[in-house]
Amino acid sequence: MNKPINMTLSKKVIFLLPILVSILSGCVSQPPYDYSALIQSKPRSIVVIPPMNNTVEVNAQYKFLSTISKPLADKGYYVFPVSVIDHFLKENGLPTPAEMNSIPLDKIGEIIGADAVLYVSIDQWGQKFQLISSKAIVGAKLRLVDVKTGAQLWDAKVYAEKASGDGGGGIMGALVAAVVEQVSGSIKDQTVGLSRTANNMAINSHRRGLLDGPYRPVSP
Amino acid sequence: MMNKVKMLAILVFLCQGLLGCAPAQKNYYYWGKYEQLIHDMYVKPGTADAGTQIQKLTTDIQKAQNYGKEVPPGVYAHLGFMYALKGNIAQAEDAFNEEKARYPESVVFIDGMMNRAKEKRAVTNE
Repeated sequence: MNKPINMTLSKKVIFLLPILVSILSGCVSQPPYDYSALIQSKPRSIVVIPPMNNTVEVNAQYKFLSTISKPLADKGYYVFPVSVIDHFLKENGLPTPAEMNSIPLDKIGEIIGADAVLYVSIDQWGQKFQLISSKAIVGAKLRLVDVKTGAQLWDAKVYAEKASGDGGGGIMGALVAAVVEQVSGSIKDQTVGLSRTANNMAINSHRRGLLDGPYRPVSP
Repeated sequence: MMNKVKMLAILVFLCQGLLGCAPAQKNYYYWGKYEQLIHDMYVKPGTADAGTQIQKLTTDIQKAQNYGKEVPPGVYAHLGFMYALKGNIAQAEDAFNEEKARYPESVVFIDGMMNRAKEKRAVTNE
């Protein structure tokens, strides 16, 4: 009884496939990212200003800050020590991220000597616990700006999510899994690892990632 | 027998190809605990006091040397900052100078910081 239905279904799939492929390839052929400002500016060094945190997670900006030096430096840039910068700005009368994010560029050039500034705003951060699963989300916007000209050199949206919980075993198994994950999740924060993944993906994206900086070693 | 030799040759060729393309550059820096320490000093204060950080960062620097890898940007500056928090000025300056020598991009920031700290000490010693 089932066979004819399956046949028509598979025929439908075959019929739909070219349409799907053309839609997908349509998405791929976007105009290439405009790197002209970045190529012209050739920054050697990047200072990461402590992020604007638009979420309710109080430590999101610091968790983010602990995941951004490595991908930027591995890409070949000198990255100023993020927590030394944070401490320095606080000591010099700028206690909040809002104040830190509105420092005039000429001051950054004069006092820090950076070629480029990375501004970050965090829009999503946290772990949501639903009945039988948990989901961790990290989302932020990055904007790299030339300190001398104020021109935007590069921008990216970083985003990653990780759902977990449905590990089989029916509803009871799932409930137990969710409870275990919530307990262990409170010990090991998933968002930090996600933030690391999201930053890596955005910075190393083939289509619109950051270009290599001067310290990027040439492969042998 | 001939087939085995051929297979081996192909295998060696493939391995070479893979090694050639392998991202050897990814191992350029030895990162160690640096980013974990940044996380802990804000999120779990008390687990990453200056003394602990100095100990972990100097271990990382030693490991980088042992593995023949570079100490990443910011690590020596962060170490200098930790020495300064402990009031260990001579060692703080050594670490800051090391950052400047490795990464000249840091000179403006670090010189400014060291000069202002010197002025501050001169004022408090008067």
